[in-house]
Amino acid sequence: MLSYALRRILIVVVTLLAASVIVFAVLEIVPGDPARLMLGINATEDAVAALRQQMGLDQPLVLRYFEWIGGMLTGDFGRSYTYSVPVIDLIRERLVVSLPLALMALALSTIIAIPVGIFSAARRGTAADTGVMAATQLGIAIPNFWFAILLVYVFAIALRLVPAGGFPGWDAGIGAALSALVLPAIALALPQAAILARVTRSALLDVLGEDYIRTARAKGLPARVVLRRHALRNALIPVLTILGLQFAFLLAGTIIIENVFYLPGLGRLVFQAITQRDLIVVESVVVLLVATVVIVNFLVDLAYAWADPRLRRR
Amino acid sequence: MISKTSTPLAGAALALALTTSAFAARTDLTLAIQLEPPHLDPTAGAAGAIDDIVYQNIFQGLTRIGPDGAVLPSLAESWSVSDDGLTYTFKLHDGVKFHDGTSLDAGDVVFSLDRARADESTNAQKALFSAIAGAEAVDDLTVKVTLSHPQGSFLYNLGWGDAVIVAPESADTNKEKPIGTGPFKFVDWAQGSSATLEKNADYWGDPVALDKVTYRFISDPAAATAALLAGDIQAFPSFPAPEAVAQFEGDPRFSVVIGSTEGETILSTNNGKEPFDKLEVRQAIAHALDRQAIIDGALFGFGTPIGTHFAPHNPAYVELVETYPYDPEKSKALLAEAGYPDGFKATLKLPPPAYARRGGEIVAAQLRDVGIDLEIIPVEWAQWLDQVFKQKDYDLTIISHTEPNDIGIYARDDYYFDYHSDEFKQVMADLDATTDEDKRYELLRQAQEIIANDAVNGYLFELPKLGIWDAKLEGLWHNLPIQSDDLSAVHWTD
Repeated sequence: MLSYALRRILIVVVTLLAASVIVFAVLEIVPGDPARLMLGINATEDAVAALRQQMGLDQPLVLRYFEWIGGMLTGDFGRSYTYSVPVIDLIRERLVVSLPLALMALALSTIIAIPVGIFSAARRGTAADTGVMAATQLGIAIPNFWFAILLVYVFAIALRLVPAGGFPGWDAGIGAALSALVLPAIALALPQAAILARVTRSALLDVLGEDYIRTARAKGLPARVVLRRHALRNALIPVLTILGLQFAFLLAGTIIIENVFYLPGLGRLVFQAITQRDLIVVESVVVLLVATVVIVNFLVDLAYAWADPRLRRR
Repeated sequence: MISKTSTPLAGAALALALTTSAFAARTDLTLAIQLEPPHLDPTAGAAGAIDDIVYQNIFQGLTRIGPDGAVLPSLAESWSVSDDGLTYTFKLHDGVKFHDGTSLDAGDVVFSLDRARADESTNAQKALFSAIAGAEAVDDLTVKVTLSHPQGSFLYNLGWGDAVIVAPESADTNKEKPIGTGPFKFVDWAQGSSATLEKNADYWGDPVALDKVTYRFISDPAAATAALLAGDIQAFPSFPAPEAVAQFEGDPRFSVVIGSTEGETILSTNNGKEPFDKLEVRQAIAHALDRQAIIDGALFGFGTPIGTHFAPHNPAYVELVETYPYDPEKSKALLAEAGYPDGFKATLKLPPPAYARRGGEIVAAQLRDVGIDLEIIPVEWAQWLDQVFKQKDYDLTIISHTEPNDIGIYARDDYYFDYHSDEFKQVMADLDATTDEDKRYELLRQAQEIIANDAVNGYLFELPKLGIWDAKLEGLWHNLPIQSDDLSAVHWTD
């Protein structure tokens, strides 16, 4: 188990290093001068040159890379070109929105999907199963931003139960903050739940066809117990993989939903930073997200070892 | 937004208010702007969104531009100009305080002007200050500014957001914590979400009606519509979705005010590149453009056609749309005269905004009708600035020039149009030397006619200002003579 974990940790470190080099290189090749972009078309050449010097853009590439990496390792992610605030503050402000939203959406999608998947697998071939399959197909096909706009029109404009968008901040009270995240969380969760339900269903069906399940039933155990004690745990591996991937997506892939609800989230930060050529923010956030994905996958790998004891002995 | 739990409370409060005395008008406002500013220092960046929040609200200059484009006194109570037009003496208001309590004096004005025109200055409009030879504080409330040559537009230039007066103690931190002299104080900026201002109790001028103002940043058109309809915001002075305006026009809860801006949207033409260096070719392009079709397609019918590089709401504007009226046959004839009977191929580079992308497709179709085959190349802002603006590597492009009164760009030799006209430069030089308003209007008219006759660029339309706000709100600007959301006159009528 230990060597398994250690090998996984080594992979994490190497991946992060490679990712940082690639991200830095790509962004330096991309055309567009951040200083000129910030000062606009009427600015004089020397004003642009002065700003470039202020932002440290005239230093050699390799030096800037090592300064950046060194800074990140000590927690200093640099200063945003456009906002002039430390990047770590920007990230923290956005995480305060994106992380709870991602967790809410993940929790919601898990709570809906796993029981639905189990229900469907247990009644395979019946009308109920077909109904669930059709519903999940619809859930996967519907674009989540269209669904989001629909939710806004019904619950925010017509019924006025929740705000149409924006985030008041956690200082405005848990109730106000959560009510601003409810619609985005639902819009994000439903399509993810549809995918997860299908994966759960097919993973369970695979397991239910195994010999040891037949043995358990032959022993006289009721179907419910067989499901809970034997089938579910073994079906978890593909489900865990999908959950890991979904979490990574929910953290930064929600740019469209964040636009519809004008939430100050991580996805929108990266998008705005790219259009404004705020290279430091893009580099730091992308590497942070790579780190998150890699670490989450690492945790999923550890969870595999928990779910499947055969892996522990390797 | 009325939640279920606050309705009974609101009802009780209402009953109490009605039984006691007259209903006090609301004093809070939440409005939205499309783009978030990168920071809050108008003297260090070109983004119009900065001025949306701070111009006249937090920061003020010696002069200011009013809602109809006129130059009005602001921190300078009065001024006098020497006969040769080289010395301006400004008398400041007494008792003006910055938001951190320090007093405004002539030294701060000198500091601000020197800082803007310094060698290492990052002011985006450094050219505004280029005529200044020196500034000195005669006494605490009097500033003398000496110009190196007369500049007729000097007082107007001082009204730009880039020329506001800052204090030496706070100048370096204005980007995150703006400290100005205006009627509103900066409270908080939640990056990505909102910015909040509150009333300045020690304001030197006329008191404002609002106590608290929150700006929200909403760029998505659907989100903007939803936010207004749900009541999350009460005003959107520059609404980003022309396709949704009809929804609000019939609704008694909202006022829809369509005004004009200083955004001349033009089909910029590389006058230095073949075949656009020939006047006949440029005239042919002008004859091929059906402006109304472009406005209908790109902006859903909102927008005013223009015939030159000037804003229609300006008193000096000349109607020149008919200089080269829509006439595809004439266009083909001119092309044949110029040596291109079968037309030619060229590229059209389009930046991100919808008016460019949508408008570009319509322009390409109209030019194809006369034989000019355009390849549309969509580019991002950074690429546009680099390729088109800096390197002049383009044939045609569509862009909106939103700087106010910027017809002077046609006198610049290194500008991306690559247009050189001695006659025009002479008119601009005369304009600089005149402060007499009537003479200035006459010269501006001449300038407009020259560039219209030379068909330097294809003049398409003036960007509209789509203002949608609560019907009970008054005092917001109808037009946009300068980028601003000046809230000094805004008040609720209920």
